[in-house]
Amino acid sequence: MKIVVASGKGGTGKSTVAANLAYSLLDRHPVTLVDCDVEVPNLHLFFDSEPETRDVFTTIPKVDTDLCTLCGDCGNFCRYGAIAVLKDRVLIFEKMCHACGGCMIVCPEKAISETPYPIGLVEDSNPLSGLRLISGFLKEGEVLAPRIIRSAKEMAEDDEIVIIDSSPGIACPVIEAMEDTDFCILVTESTPFGLHDLDLAVGVTKNLGLNTGVVINRSDGSDEEVRDYCAEADIPVLMTIPFDKEIASVQNKGGLISERMPGWKEQFACMYDECLRIGGVGI
Amino acid sequence: MKICVTSKGAGTDSLVEERFGRAPYFVFVDSGSGKSDTIENPLLNESGGVGPRIVQLIIKEGADVVITGQLGGNATTTLQASGVKVFSYGDNGTVADAVAKFEEGKLRQMI
Repeated sequence: MKIVVASGKGGTGKSTVAANLAYSLLDRHPVTLVDCDVEVPNLHLFFDSEPETRDVFTTIPKVDTDLCTLCGDCGNFCRYGAIAVLKDRVLIFEKMCHACGGCMIVCPEKAISETPYPIGLVEDSNPLSGLRLISGFLKEGEVLAPRIIRSAKEMAEDDEIVIIDSSPGIACPVIEAMEDTDFCILVTESTPFGLHDLDLAVGVTKNLGLNTGVVINRSDGSDEEVRDYCAEADIPVLMTIPFDKEIASVQNKGGLISERMPGWKEQFACMYDECLRIGGVGI
Repeated sequence: MKICVTSKGAGTDSLVEERFGRAPYFVFVDSGSGKSDTIENPLLNESGGVGPRIVQLIIKEGADVVITGQLGGNATTTLQASGVKVFSYGDNGTVADAVAKFEEGKLRQMI
């Protein structure tokens, strides 16, 4: 079972839900938690560990100046503006390259090859018995988040229970995190912004044909609008986490409510079973 | 000498556009004959990477000088390497006025 935790709006509590869900299942099965919010990964803050690190590379074009005739075909082809062919040289903008390889194909002189270019890293660790934590880190200034997300997810490919924490929004990194998962938990809050962005995220999961459930976080008890929305969109509300001082206090210390407060571990485990049931997956 | 001015419209009577890569039009003026040609920006609706691509377009058209308002980072890098000289114009006037001021030596050189 692969579950992705997403939200639309930022700061709704994706990492809280992902970390607690993972922790709550450890009694019965090993769990892999994958932090795919690669611009600001934070799951490692919940779990102390000494990770193994692996660099992630993309490829960028390299021009053989002996073969290049400055014809400009590669520059005209590149829709990302990563290659500029000038009168006497070719400029490569590494950060703009999407590694599509098109420039190599269109070059009539076969003057372009690919060379590796580091954009970030993936950390792999075992912070608790049964828990594997994989975190993707995108280098500052780089933009190819989906490449790091793919690497992080590939490392967890053979694991049985995988919980993926995505970045907020509904852009490419979120789609990449959602790809090939069995279920999506969308975390929201009962504010106009929360509902607006939830609607956008639901649009994405519906488009991907991904089974979806909602967690309402920081609930003040009057969540009618979100509940009405979910009823209309035919999406179950899986859990409601109240706006509560004790919960906030546990969270602020980097703690997990499923570990420190009674009842939550059972609730999160129960939510997992509900995801299995809706997702129609065995484990 | 061929001068390229970023502009809001076609021809030398249109207003100068401050933005470089996102300028709707590029007016090319031949300083000798005074004749001009206008090219519509083909990349106006692209999401990114416009700067270096516009520089390539301008080079292809044979411009020696660019007059515009502001430059982005990648456009700056590309123009610096291209050997094209770039001058700044911020008077909210026409392309003809920008070219006249350039020829009088009143524009500040950026690159």
